[in-house]
Amino acid sequence: MIIDHPLLGPRDSSEFVYLGDAALIDRPDWQVENAAEAFYDYAYLRGNPAGEHRELWFHESGDRSWLVVTRNTVTHEISKVELARDVARAQGRSK
Amino acid sequence: MHDLVAITALGGTDPQVDSVGTVTCSEVPGVALASVAVRLGKEQEATAALAELTGAPAPGVGRFESKQIASIWIGPDQWLVEAPFETHENLADQAKAATGNAASVSEQTDAWARFDLIGSGVLAVLELLCPLDTRRMVEGDVARTSIHHLGCFILCRASEQFSVYGPRSSAGSLHHAIVTAMKSAL
Amino acid sequence: MTQGNRLSGGQIDRNTTLSFKFDNRSYTAHPGDTLASALLANNVRLIGRSFKYHRPRGLLTAGSEEPNGIVELRTGNRQEPNTRATTIEMFEGLEARSQNRWPSLKFDALAINDRFSNFLTAGFYYKTFMWPAAFWEKLYEPMIRRAAGLGSLSMQEDPDECDKGFRHCDLLIIGAGPAGLMAALTAGRAGADVILADEDFALGGRLNSESFALNDGAAADWAAQAVAELSALPNVRLMPRTTVIGAFDHGIYGAVERTGDHLASLPAGKPRQILWRIYTKRSLLCAGATERPIAFENNDRPGIMLASALRTYANRFATTAAQRVAVLTNNDDGLRTAADLHAKGVKIAAVIDVRPDAPINHDYEVLRGAQVSDTKGRLGLSFVEVALADGSIRTLECGALGVSGGWNPNVHLTCHQRGRPVWNDDLAAFVPGTDLPPGLSVAGAANGAMSTHGALRSGAEGAMKALDLKGSLPDLPAAEDAPASQTPFWYVQGCSRAWLDQQNDVTVKDVKLSHQEGFRSVEHLKRYTTLGMATDQGKTSNMGGLAIMAELAGKSIPETGTTIFRPPYTPVPIATFAGRMKGKEFHPTRLTPSHHWAKERGAVFVEAGNWLRAQWFPLPGETHWRESVDREVRQTRASVGVCDCTTLGKIDVQGSDAAAFLNRIYCNGFAKLAVGKTRYGLMLREDGMVMDDGTAARLGEDHFVVTTTTANAVSVYRHMEFVRQCPFPDMDVQLISTTEAWAQYAIAGPNSRKLLQKIVDPEFDISNEGFPFMACANITVCCGLRARLFRISFSGELAFEIAVPSRYGDALMRRLMTEGEEFHVVPYGTEALGVMRIEKGHAAGNELNGTTTALNLGMGRMVSKKKDSIGSVLSEREGLNEPGALMMVGIKPLNQEDKITAGGHLMEASGPVDAAHDQGYVTSAAFSPTLECHIGLGFLKNGGARQGEKMRLVSPLTDVTIDVEIVSAHFVDPEGERLRA
Repeated sequence: MIIDHPLLGPRDSSEFVYLGDAALIDRPDWQVENAAEAFYDYAYLRGNPAGEHRELWFHESGDRSWLVVTRNTVTHEISKVELARDVARAQGRSK
Repeated sequence: MHDLVAITALGGTDPQVDSVGTVTCSEVPGVALASVAVRLGKEQEATAALAELTGAPAPGVGRFESKQIASIWIGPDQWLVEAPFETHENLADQAKAATGNAASVSEQTDAWARFDLIGSGVLAVLELLCPLDTRRMVEGDVARTSIHHLGCFILCRASEQFSVYGPRSSAGSLHHAIVTAMKSAL
Repeated sequence: MTQGNRLSGGQIDRNTTLSFKFDNRSYTAHPGDTLASALLANNVRLIGRSFKYHRPRGLLTAGSEEPNGIVELRTGNRQEPNTRATTIEMFEGLEARSQNRWPSLKFDALAINDRFSNFLTAGFYYKTFMWPAAFWEKLYEPMIRRAAGLGSLSMQEDPDECDKGFRHCDLLIIGAGPAGLMAALTAGRAGADVILADEDFALGGRLNSESFALNDGAAADWAAQAVAELSALPNVRLMPRTTVIGAFDHGIYGAVERTGDHLASLPAGKPRQILWRIYTKRSLLCAGATERPIAFENNDRPGIMLASALRTYANRFATTAAQRVAVLTNNDDGLRTAADLHAKGVKIAAVIDVRPDAPINHDYEVLRGAQVSDTKGRLGLSFVEVALADGSIRTLECGALGVSGGWNPNVHLTCHQRGRPVWNDDLAAFVPGTDLPPGLSVAGAANGAMSTHGALRSGAEGAMKALDLKGSLPDLPAAEDAPASQTPFWYVQGCSRAWLDQQNDVTVKDVKLSHQEGFRSVEHLKRYTTLGMATDQGKTSNMGGLAIMAELAGKSIPETGTTIFRPPYTPVPIATFAGRMKGKEFHPTRLTPSHHWAKERGAVFVEAGNWLRAQWFPLPGETHWRESVDREVRQTRASVGVCDCTTLGKIDVQGSDAAAFLNRIYCNGFAKLAVGKTRYGLMLREDGMVMDDGTAARLGEDHFVVTTTTANAVSVYRHMEFVRQCPFPDMDVQLISTTEAWAQYAIAGPNSRKLLQKIVDPEFDISNEGFPFMACANITVCCGLRARLFRISFSGELAFEIAVPSRYGDALMRRLMTEGEEFHVVPYGTEALGVMRIEKGHAAGNELNGTTTALNLGMGRMVSKKKDSIGSVLSEREGLNEPGALMMVGIKPLNQEDKITAGGHLMEASGPVDAAHDQGYVTSAAFSPTLECHIGLGFLKNGGARQGEKMRLVSPLTDVTIDVEIVSAHFVDPEGERLRA
């Protein structure tokens, strides 16, 4: 597979390491009332779509960026690649 | 001055040189390296300091500059500075002094082993080593990729002149892969 | 007589004669020959025995689709089984042997199988070897293995190497026949970056096999001119002898280039084959078509071949399978074979044309509306029995029969991403569908353009379309443009022992039987009969089987469907996939800075991930590893020892949020750690399990050096980058690995400070007051070399870790040894390191095994509840905090002599021994020279409250049961006085 890195252009997927669902960006707040439940969902529950899937890839043999890759799990077509940090910020995450 | 004798990444006291056909692979131990990573919100300050230190503007994505001190883009807001070891063994201290609180600096001198690959036919060697299209690389291009499962930087210094930086502890495996590819391709 | 079947002409170099051996007999050939053409030229028709029935077999084809002509090539450790004689390029001294026969090819003992063919039909194995089950392993399997199978392995290491490589192009053209060459000319002249790959050593495809003209010259001459023009274009790379084996995601193609298989011996350093990964913007499949046979009774005798193959052998290789040849065809293309052979002086016995209106020829007899009803001949074809249109039988004498049932486009690569071919009624064949791999288009015969003109034209058009070129088509050479309609004719009615798949010995009868037994899906048919499952993957047999199945089911062929084509297109040796990654190059090796010194000392090394670490340092006279390890432990605890611990991961963590970041990734607190101090850190996964442990040394307000375990260095770094970039993108923290940059040595034992004082520059106070337990500092050693010093201990002794730039690591180790002589300093390896950490009760990889929590490790209280850290919330789950939770304990045998077994389970002193009564298990065990007995660490239910309890340690695997006592995990210096000394 080829991942079109937003900074570096098309690169072989062998340079990357796969993590999983991009929902892992949305780590729950540890102080909310139902934190245990929220973390349970976060750690264990994932969608498994036959179709478009947003997933996290790490450019380990590259620039060490985490990427959010939108990939069709049926056709392997990759429709979008973003820097995870930009995605996280756009989702309002900070520190 | 201390009295400990350095060895090269390949374990010798002198750098190793291998020639096959028209291509030469030289171990280059005489470089000092330091990483310079911009602190949050200090992009302008840090890049200005880096430019001051190196004598060239901070290079953009996938590029490097080589003036008095070379600067190599290695990731978002992160560069490697490179200078002769002889004169810049304390390069990390210089970089830290130059950038202050605008950047995080780490000594990287012995994190890497450098091999210079020079000569006509070098592209035929590189295509056995890494998935990059090195035919399309021009002077000043740099990319990190995988060679023999090792994360390496490939720098195009001029036409048919490349530097490969690989992890120092695996210098032997990297060197073996390069020389094997040279014998195969040339 | 040598080369008695040579004809005139051909593309062989008659000026050079090569000698080769087949089954130990010597023959001659010429450059340009394949092994197959050379055998035919020498009148050798019998090449091997079939897989199941051991029937005599010869060549069916002249290309890579060959099912029958497979041989063992070369000798000794270069012996290669199952190579196709049709693709082996002749070289001087070639040696090949027939396969699957004993004692000889002409008399084969297992040919008796053919007499029992009624028992060896479809599903034979499933039906016969079902009962009794116990017989399978001991009797049936070895028996089948002896009888079946094809070539044999040398069982020696392959001395040759293969390479892997990567190429990029705008347009990859797969196949260099008329379509491929015309496409390459079109794209190449337009300046595109083109790769043209073909499996053959001569580019040109069928142009090299035909007698017709292109423009005014021979087709092969036009091909040679095209190749010459392309060779001169710098933007075109020609890759002959290269099979594109698969179409993968996003325009990536796999290709195998046979760089050395045609050479008598490989030049030093050169690869036999290269597995290329080709990155393409666009690709054009010009793979041509494969002729299909017609099934009839006893159609597998040596000499019965595809008509196009006979033509290839005659026109390209100047050879014929026999001096008297018949042709069976259902289409005009088959007639070309008769005409070409006749023109070369071969006697045509007759053309058997199943069409009642077949064209008449004045040079030889054409039997219209006739079919082949049977054949005869013991080790090769002698007679063909023809059922004439009027129902009478006529026997023709001939040594070869060319069979043409029409052509199937080679659609394989179009299906590699689950695309399905579609049925074309005019061609009576499958052509590429619309669901092609992205970026791929198809031209020429592969796309159903069967005439030469059609192929040339579609090649040019395909290239223009793929590259989006404007303008008119380039000039095409004048070429034949015969209409290409085909009327299907799959098999002669009434035949039974008529072979479809010759390699796996599948007959028309087998297909009928499987239908009768209820196998309706084409995928089931394939697996039940093994049709198309041999090394040729049914290139000449699948269509026939499918057609018969469709007929039996009363359905059309497209309704019946096809099986899925998968990579590789033709077989690839495992060695080619392995490439250079074998033996010690299987993975990169990481050497520690003291490696060369350790090797000089005679150290024994152990692999730890990719690292090679010194395991122990034997002294002369030591005969058992325990002697060395016990000595290293005793001497370290008595005086001082040095160990290379560079392999631990080191990550520089800097930034104004560095401390806050460590607070997130470690479950314990780091915000208040003073500059110049080091702290143990425990890292959890988000599910609350322990991920890793290590230390973080605060070198500055905003600068930490974090260590990880050797095994987890890479994954911890990745995890830290994830935390920094994903959930907390605005933390001001920067990371970089410095593992390789620093050589780091542990110096442990009561004399460690004294030894260090000899090398640390005097301005640095390393006394207990000036540099207490857990201190860290930037210092200099040996008169000014920058270094880092940490007072941390893994052994439980007074200990330090010192780091210098890696290039000086070798010299520092030698210096420590010299300076330490007065203290009898001892280098120790990973075994002694492990013994000492077990004695001290430090958890390591065996305990941090992914299933244990901080609580299990006795560090439950370290998990801070006052801050947010990865894993803290889920570590509080009820199930992980039950009163009886596993806790780390020490284990000692009651009988001093007994050995603790890692992996053994703890059971009550009495009572049943079973899983239901399992109390815990042992994770680490060693002989402790300090306690002079075996000791262990393990996890025990409610272990914290069970010290002093007598239990049984049971290891059913090694059949060991011993009595043990549960003790504190801290066997040595439980109060920690030594390490604070």
